[in-house]
Amino acid sequence: MSEQTTYSAQDPYAGFTETTEGRVHTVTGQDWESVTGAAAGQTERLVVNMGPQHPSTHGVLRLILEIEGETVTEARCGIGYLHTGIEKNLEYRTWTQGVTFVTRMDYLSPFFNEAAYCLAVEKLLGITDQIPERANVIRVMMMELNRISSHLVALATGGMELGALSPMIFGFRERELVLDLFELITGLRMNSAYIRPGGVAQDLPDGAVEKIRETMELLPKRLKDTSDLLVDNQIWMGRTVGIGFLDLPSCTALGITGPVLRSTGFAQDLRKSAPYCGYETYDFEVPTVDTCDVYGRFLLRIREMFESIKIVNQCLDRLTPGPVMVADAKIAWPAQLAVGSDGMGNSLAHIKTIMAESMEALIHHFKLVTEGFRVPAGQVYQAIESPRGELGVHMVSDGGTRPYRVHFRDPSFNNLQAVAAMGEGGQVADIIGAIASIDPVMGGVDR
Amino acid sequence: MSNEQNVPVVPENAALLQTVVTKQGMFSPSAVGDTSGFGGLVERFELSPAATRPFGGWFDEVADAIVAAAAASNIPAESVFERVSVDRGEITFFVPPAHLRVVMQALRDEPALKFEMCMGVNGVHYPFESGRELHAVYPLQSITHNRRIRVEVAVSDANPHIPSVVDIYPGNNWHERETWDFFGIVFDGHPGLTRIEMPDDWPGHPQRKDYPLGGIDVEYKGATIPAPDKRRSYS
Repeated sequence: MSEQTTYSAQDPYAGFTETTEGRVHTVTGQDWESVTGAAAGQTERLVVNMGPQHPSTHGVLRLILEIEGETVTEARCGIGYLHTGIEKNLEYRTWTQGVTFVTRMDYLSPFFNEAAYCLAVEKLLGITDQIPERANVIRVMMMELNRISSHLVALATGGMELGALSPMIFGFRERELVLDLFELITGLRMNSAYIRPGGVAQDLPDGAVEKIRETMELLPKRLKDTSDLLVDNQIWMGRTVGIGFLDLPSCTALGITGPVLRSTGFAQDLRKSAPYCGYETYDFEVPTVDTCDVYGRFLLRIREMFESIKIVNQCLDRLTPGPVMVADAKIAWPAQLAVGSDGMGNSLAHIKTIMAESMEALIHHFKLVTEGFRVPAGQVYQAIESPRGELGVHMVSDGGTRPYRVHFRDPSFNNLQAVAAMGEGGQVADIIGAIASIDPVMGGVDR
Repeated sequence: MSNEQNVPVVPENAALLQTVVTKQGMFSPSAVGDTSGFGGLVERFELSPAATRPFGGWFDEVADAIVAAAAASNIPAESVFERVSVDRGEITFFVPPAHLRVVMQALRDEPALKFEMCMGVNGVHYPFESGRELHAVYPLQSITHNRRIRVEVAVSDANPHIPSVVDIYPGNNWHERETWDFFGIVFDGHPGLTRIEMPDDWPGHPQRKDYPLGGIDVEYKGATIPAPDKRRSYS
């Protein structure tokens, strides 16, 4: 099979190649006419590659579209451009080190990755009931703050992809408020590795509760600014109403969860149906719409943010002093941590204890940090409700200090399969809106 | 019904179907010999040990409904499951590859089961489990009954074929491609079983235990830090 490339006289990167599948054109801009002219004599079938580096495909997602005029007749996704082998790497680290890896999977919802991973480790250890109340409240609070920041990016980038740039500016501005809280509490804006097997890495710093309360009073006003730009906006509705349709039977068949499933009017939420971290004790609603379209999912995300604010406020009221890590010294991280100028690290008091005062404390620290704890053999599946749907962790232990196998069932990975169902038969421009409403995060898709 | 309770769901050859990890030593790193004096210690861990009736709670209802549905397809009750494991409040049904499609169809369609969603499939590689090295694990969810179960299928490295369930649970399409990509399990009948995460021309299946992690040693302030898979490990 010989492939001959003919280069365009104007552009050394453009041109076409004859392949066994037919002629393949490379289009670089300003030269569309040469392609339509050439394609007219060849065949009716036009396959367009969109991405993987395209501003409108929500990360490094490659879309392979077969189009007829402006109508998409077939849509397929190409993924894998962000595959980092995190699951394989986890098999070579201790159970605690794993948190640092999984937080980098779905980079817009790091606390959900951490929580799902830690809940699975705790289920394997059989210590789910021993997690201190305060640790659970902090976990719920961090997850709900994270849901707000993640949904804000979904609205911001979704708006930008459809040409609404102001919501993008507003969305990122509001997200910054939440990221400031993360920085205050964990020392890092993202990839915090804050939730650890057995609890959380450290207690809230002084002044955190007041700062969170302040932000929770400000956020509803700011969110209204963002939503006012788009809710009932005729131009926005023209681009989103009735677009990306996916009904309930299609959702269950394709295993779709999260806002896309709830946009069919079905209130499925793991925080209600299979509560974890004490979600059953919080008072909140699961919003639904029954439009099955992009506009409905957009409204849903706004309402979910207000519900999250409700939950965060309840968390603040419940924070009573107490430990934030299990009492079992064979599992609990031995170091006392503190947020320094360069993020989280061992507190100076702890270093003084182990280096100068207690030999036993040093041995204990050394054993637990270098070797890690052992987790009884077995396998579990733990699912939590991430901003994008069911985030499931299938975890296998062989009784050692490292995971035998960890698999993340990322909601974005599964939900992207709906692109064909949502986009085929529609216009090329509408497929962008459909993908934005799925809100895939490629770091989670490819892991 | 009482008679059925006495029929062992676990087959006679259950001992051959165990997944047993054997570990030696205690806390010495494996590369430098026995420094702890516990090198002769041998520990056996059994993963997913077989459970016997009653499994407890609604587990028995589900098991009975699967067995009844399989009987309609002329599959005798004792061969539907290789073994059933109940661990940490979760139930796993080990199904032979030949019966997987019948079981999955029943799980989706039978009113008593109604597992509307299959949450994908995940591979696990047990190189020490001779003849059953590759496992495929399907987590399923019933929204109607608010129940979760796992179905696990084991095949050999030499013949890694499992029937595809994409026509029953279309959402498993990408998950089966990923399991093929990472483990080399072939899902017969899949509409397009190609690699999904790794490049199309990638050799090997990276999540298998015999596939090295790779990495290079890093020098830092005069000391050399070995690559992650060459560091000392504890059993």
